[in-house]
Amino acid sequence: MNISYTSREQVDVYRFSWPVAIGVPILAIVVQAWVPTRLTFVKVFDFPMLVTIFFAVSRRNPASGSILGAVIGLTQDALTHLKVGLFGIANTVIGYVASSLGVKIDVDNPGSRFIMTFVFYVLHQLVYFTVARGLVGETILWYWGHEIGAALANSLMAVVLFALLDRFKIRT
Amino acid sequence: METFFRKHSNVMTLTMLLVVQMLGLAVQVKRETDTGAPSNLLHVWAIRLIAPIEKGFVHTEASVHDVLRHYIFLRGVRRENEDLKRQLDAIRVNNVRLQEDALQARRIQTILGFKEQFIHKTIAAQVIGTSGSDKSCIIYIDRGSDDGVKPNMAVVTPDGIIGKVLHVQATTSQVLEINDQTSGVGALLVKSRLQGVVKGTPAGDVVLNNIMADEKVEVGEVVTTSGGDQIFPKGLTIGTVTAANPGRDIFLNIRIKPAANLNRLEEVLVVTEILTQEPDTRDLGPIRAADILAARLPSVPQPTTPPADGTAVAPGTATSGTTVPTKSTNQNTSTPPNTTTQPSPKNPSLPSASSAVKDSFEKKKSTPKKSPPESAPANPTPQDHRP
Repeated sequence: MNISYTSREQVDVYRFSWPVAIGVPILAIVVQAWVPTRLTFVKVFDFPMLVTIFFAVSRRNPASGSILGAVIGLTQDALTHLKVGLFGIANTVIGYVASSLGVKIDVDNPGSRFIMTFVFYVLHQLVYFTVARGLVGETILWYWGHEIGAALANSLMAVVLFALLDRFKIRT
Repeated sequence: METFFRKHSNVMTLTMLLVVQMLGLAVQVKRETDTGAPSNLLHVWAIRLIAPIEKGFVHTEASVHDVLRHYIFLRGVRRENEDLKRQLDAIRVNNVRLQEDALQARRIQTILGFKEQFIHKTIAAQVIGTSGSDKSCIIYIDRGSDDGVKPNMAVVTPDGIIGKVLHVQATTSQVLEINDQTSGVGALLVKSRLQGVVKGTPAGDVVLNNIMADEKVEVGEVVTTSGGDQIFPKGLTIGTVTAANPGRDIFLNIRIKPAANLNRLEEVLVVTEILTQEPDTRDLGPIRAADILAARLPSVPQPTTPPADGTAVAPGTATSGTTVPTKSTNQNTSTPPNTTTQPSPKNPSLPSASSAVKDSFEKKKSTPKKSPPESAPANPTPQDHRP
């Protein structure tokens, strides 16, 4: 699990075809909404957040990472009956931080991806919790055990998912 | 200045996005406080985008499943058929006894002036998705306003209640499950007859609130709907008590295991019409002073001999009771007067609300979706659902 610090010039920046850039986030949201009706345990994964992280660290552009996070998060919000903006804000922050990190760190090896996703998942939940409790006044609880377990599960999923999505990368 | 913007464009983009979303949140909170009913275009757009894809998945899966089930997985059908026949024979025997009980219950209900609620019409719906978040216990069904679904209609399965319709679009509806913390269902403990409110918790569990700490509630006790919320008819199963402990305040902490598996739902019934009426005592015999006394005083139960043809015999003389049923409907529907309950003299006792749901669910599962909802009521005659 080595995280190599590299100069900005040494880090590859990738782009994606339009069908992939649009289709993958939509597919992630559909899977997140539909699969739990058949396989309950899938609810522990946050595919939209994982896709946000992947595109953000691959493009390495904080502005586009933020916008992508906002769009995906707002769509997630719209499928719940809660206020629109809770997932939006959390994913916006993740998109920004992930792309900022992608500029500075090599995030292409599985070890760094595992650690990165673990940290981002916990950060995502913290932002969501803070906004939901502090700004909106929702009654939600924080269970460290559940959050750590879910972070580990998402990190493992990220290693697999990112390896699959790597096939769609186009080097600029 | 231009250099400043260019240099900090990323941070400014982030700040702008966050500020806009926080303002959006603030507006939503204010709007909900003002009107109590949030409506959001983004919800509508997202559901219109995602729902068709989910429906495609569900229908493809259903087609494959049907082929497998109807043509390939037919092993054991003969044995299952024999088992079901045996079960049917046992149920027929039991039914005769229940008919007598029902007759007596109806007389007593009439004496006490009770009004009953019956599930009159239902629509079968398929679950096509969830909210995708464990913080929002929402499911989506493939029926909407085009099928007659309206907000605040009850959603049930043969096992127990699921929740209520929250938002409705043309072809899809959003259902709030009973384990969501914003839900609330009027509930009744069957054995102790205590009434409370079933709510969800932030962790997605189901609890029964408002039962005083000095009451005795047993683990395993069945909880049903009380009908007090005007959404769920009385008598539908909610679940069973799994724990009852004294809380910090004056109430008990009662945990409930839902009867329906809320994590694995494929098909549900939306209750589109509920009938409220007084019990009908025609053909049951007169209301005698002895009946009134029997309703108020403890007595030795009379052994009853079921007749050979299963026809219930009303006690008393030949003159029939004269109570004429009055009824009303809720869920914003009207029923023509000619649908007034007319119990068959040959079969005056009828199944409970829960068994009625089970019956109609089985019927609806085999009903094609395209049939108009009003033309195919789950329970063609109201008397099919008399408890």
